[in-house]
Amino acid sequence: MAITLTETAAQRVEKFLANRGKGIGLRLGVKTTGCSGMAYTLEFVDDMLPEDSIFESYGVKVIVDPKSLVYIDGTELDFTKEGLNEGFKFNNPNVKDECGCGESFTV
Amino acid sequence: MALLQISEPGMSPAPHQHKLAVGIDLGTTNSLVATVRSGMSTVLHDEHGHALLPSVVRYLENEIVVGHAAQAAQSQDPVNTIVSVKRFMGRALNDITDRAHIPYHFVENASSEGILELKTRAGLKSPVEISADILKALKIRAEKALGGELTGVVVTVPAYFDDAQRQATKDAARLAGLNVLRLLNEPTAAAVAYGLDNASEGVYVIYDLGGGTFDISILRLSKGIFEVLATNGDSALGGDDFDHRIYCWVLDQVRSKTADFKPLTEADTRLLLTKSRQAKEWLTDNHEANILCKLSNGALVDETLTVQQFVSLTENLVSKTLSPTRKAMRDAGLSMEDINGVVLVGGATRMPHIRHAVQAFFKQEPLTNLDPDKVVALGAAIQANVLVGNRSEEDLLLLDVTPLSLGLETMGGLVEKVIPRNSTLPIARAQDFTTYKDGQTAMAIHVVQGERELVADCRSLARFELRGIPPMAAGAARIRVTFQVDADGLLSVTAREQTSGVESNITVKPSYGLSEDQITTMLKDSFGAAESDKAARMLREATVDAQRLIEAIQAALAENGATLLAQDERDTIQAHLEALHTLCQGTDSQAIKHGTEALNHATENFAAKRMDASVQKALAGKNLDSLEL
Repeated sequence: MAITLTETAAQRVEKFLANRGKGIGLRLGVKTTGCSGMAYTLEFVDDMLPEDSIFESYGVKVIVDPKSLVYIDGTELDFTKEGLNEGFKFNNPNVKDECGCGESFTV
Repeated sequence: MALLQISEPGMSPAPHQHKLAVGIDLGTTNSLVATVRSGMSTVLHDEHGHALLPSVVRYLENEIVVGHAAQAAQSQDPVNTIVSVKRFMGRALNDITDRAHIPYHFVENASSEGILELKTRAGLKSPVEISADILKALKIRAEKALGGELTGVVVTVPAYFDDAQRQATKDAARLAGLNVLRLLNEPTAAAVAYGLDNASEGVYVIYDLGGGTFDISILRLSKGIFEVLATNGDSALGGDDFDHRIYCWVLDQVRSKTADFKPLTEADTRLLLTKSRQAKEWLTDNHEANILCKLSNGALVDETLTVQQFVSLTENLVSKTLSPTRKAMRDAGLSMEDINGVVLVGGATRMPHIRHAVQAFFKQEPLTNLDPDKVVALGAAIQANVLVGNRSEEDLLLLDVTPLSLGLETMGGLVEKVIPRNSTLPIARAQDFTTYKDGQTAMAIHVVQGERELVADCRSLARFELRGIPPMAAGAARIRVTFQVDADGLLSVTAREQTSGVESNITVKPSYGLSEDQITTMLKDSFGAAESDKAARMLREATVDAQRLIEAIQAALAENGATLLAQDERDTIQAHLEALHTLCQGTDSQAIKHGTEALNHATENFAAKRMDASVQKALAGKNLDSLEL
């Protein structure tokens, strides 16, 4: 399995990284704090850890720690617009149930 | 599904706890809102893809229209369509000198003198309310675009804004339901947008010619910290004035060609001004502009303006920007060689002859790669993002300066400056003052802002009194007055008499900023406190008196109560004593007073007997001659 980005998402990440002026890639992860179990995190990466897994999608490095990977393996990250709002969206095949807002989920 | 943004390492928000922050450039001509998404500052657009919201508010019977739709109605409904309201923020009626050229009906506020309001079909509107309507429109746009409620905003103001104008801006934001994290000087925001904080050290000039204001700021950066070395400007000079020059020129042309030229209607004035602005914008990339329109009386206007003509028409406006620039350079004590870069801000800086003038003045090419209209909002968004707590490290600390000197009135109507102009914020400065007359127990503190020597020529900000100074010879009291200006540029003043510690203070909030209700509440509070203070004081005094009497009588009874008084007399006194003692535990000062009087009365006979006894004792065994009478 792997973590992938859609082409749109990859372009955006590349643009944001260039704007930021530094960073190796994008870190996807989960935190155990959501209203229904888990919550996604999305961060720039300055330092990698030895145990991190690295995936590459359209030239963008996607970095995931092993604990998070089990919950999000197979995820495709997309970038979409909804009305005036825009941002990243997790398409995670492991999700059984998610809260109404979609910010947290259970597997 | 919520849409996520990329956070800084380790700064991912908990679900539903995204801190949404925006920066707002509340401009004279146009306003913008921007935010930081995935680490990148972006201007938020409306449904039609417009970034700029014209700062125009039109009041209908039951509806408020803001932005492009309002701007479109300018010509047909000039009285109820308010443009450039920022020029009136925190201003008094007599501050507006060019009223004859403005189509609005100005009214003086009935309750607070000098405060202006505009008469519209929706009733009287203060500049604060009108600005709040613009801010509300931006708030709605931002909340739609970010998908949630805003945690906080940074609103920008011209560096030259005085306290009244800053407070008015803050009030407008509050009225719009926004949580103001900070007011930020526009040029400082521009420097942040250009990422000048990422550069190493350097001195930068921000030349900001907006629609209605001109600001020049000189910033020094060192180790990612901005310090504003000097600011100057002209709060009544901007792109609008260039439009006006074209408008006057067109009018002259038409007049010279028309035999019986009739004065223009309000709608015609607006139409010609709009056409003039379009011509100005067209001349940025073209050699000549055609001004073509039909006036309400049917007369056709068809004039062609060349770049050369436009440049000569507006030459002195351009040079008007250079004199504050020179002053700022002088204030900062810098020469041209010290300047590492010049940033252009404001739509008006697109005019090629402005760019040439700036380039010639500073002998270097100005930075123009960001959209001059958006720069300020972008920088404000970056600052808002930091202030709301979305970034942990490299937090940038912005240091601003006081635009005008702050001081107080001394004898003879003179101004004593406490915080000089261009002091870095936040700042606190103290100065010692003394009394003028022997036995003087109060001192009036009149806080003023301005550069002039006479109070009459400065702007009055606040007045308060320090009372309870112990009476002493003139010049002996030491009264320390502390001026403190916070990061928003808002002032509080404290006066403290050093020997007694009596203190009094005020936060400068010009009266126009207070609503009728707030003023009433404040008055009520002070009355309420006065009543309870007075009651507490009376009770304390009565109790002290009573206790002193009880102690004296107990001592007297112990000394010779048994020898001088009969048992029933002793019992009566004892009963009164105990009654008063019980009263002292209560809070009824009147009852304590009565009890004290009763005890006093009951012991009159005892007191007389003690007097006699002591006299007899003193006289016993002495003859008359030995007494020195």
